Amino acid sequence: MPLLAPADQDRLRAEFSLMTRRVHLLFFTQALGSETCLLTRQILDEFPPLSDRVVIDEANLVLEPDRARQYGVDRVPAIAVLYEDETATLQPLPASGAAPPLDSRIRFLGMPAGYEFVSLVQAILLAGGRGSQLSAASLERLALVDKPVVMQVFTTPT
Amino acid sequence: MTLAHEMAFASPQITAYAVEATEYPDLARRYRVTGVPKTVVNEHIEILGGLPEDAFIEQALG
Repeated sequence: MPLLAPADQDRLRAEFSLMTRRVHLLFFTQALGSETCLLTRQILDEFPPLSDRVVIDEANLVLEPDRARQYGVDRVPAIAVLYEDETATLQPLPASGAAPPLDSRIRFLGMPAGYEFVSLVQAILLAGGRGSQLSAASLERLALVDKPVVMQVFTTPT
Repeated sequence: MTLAHEMAFASPQITAYAVEATEYPDLARRYRVTGVPKTVVNEHIEILGGLPEDAFIEQALG
């Protein structure tokens, strides 16, 4: 049974229909003993029925440590938001083992419920080609960043 | 959270994590999170609460 109400599904379906890039939500899990991993997977499974431009990929934190390191993930549940460019998006879904999608450098640690669900939807739309909401001045400032920056934003579900 | 994610998407140098504080009390303790949102940049810059876009970016990037 879907978690989202029909009206919310309709709203998301309409927003996702504008996406020009395919977005992959790379979900890091560790199936044993993690109830929040199961709940997170349930939340993520809401998206693909609403759009073929949203794909869920799954990786096991323990069995795929190199992949976890590549995306800076050391705990579960975690989500890395990845995407394909417009050209790749028009092709069939790449087979596993093909070149990995592009990295948006957007991550979620913990279950994306409540307000974080809204943030996840926004992240999907951003990586999906919606375009930045930042001002031109902010984008100019960000273009000058020449050293790695890691930001952690602590939130709660409500 | 969306602002930090927007920053990450705009700059290949920036990675932004949304961290669910109640799920990871060890991280909340390590970064002394007593209220949300709290943003920690490169382990040492702390931004409490929400700020307008320009102020947030300026504080985050020092």
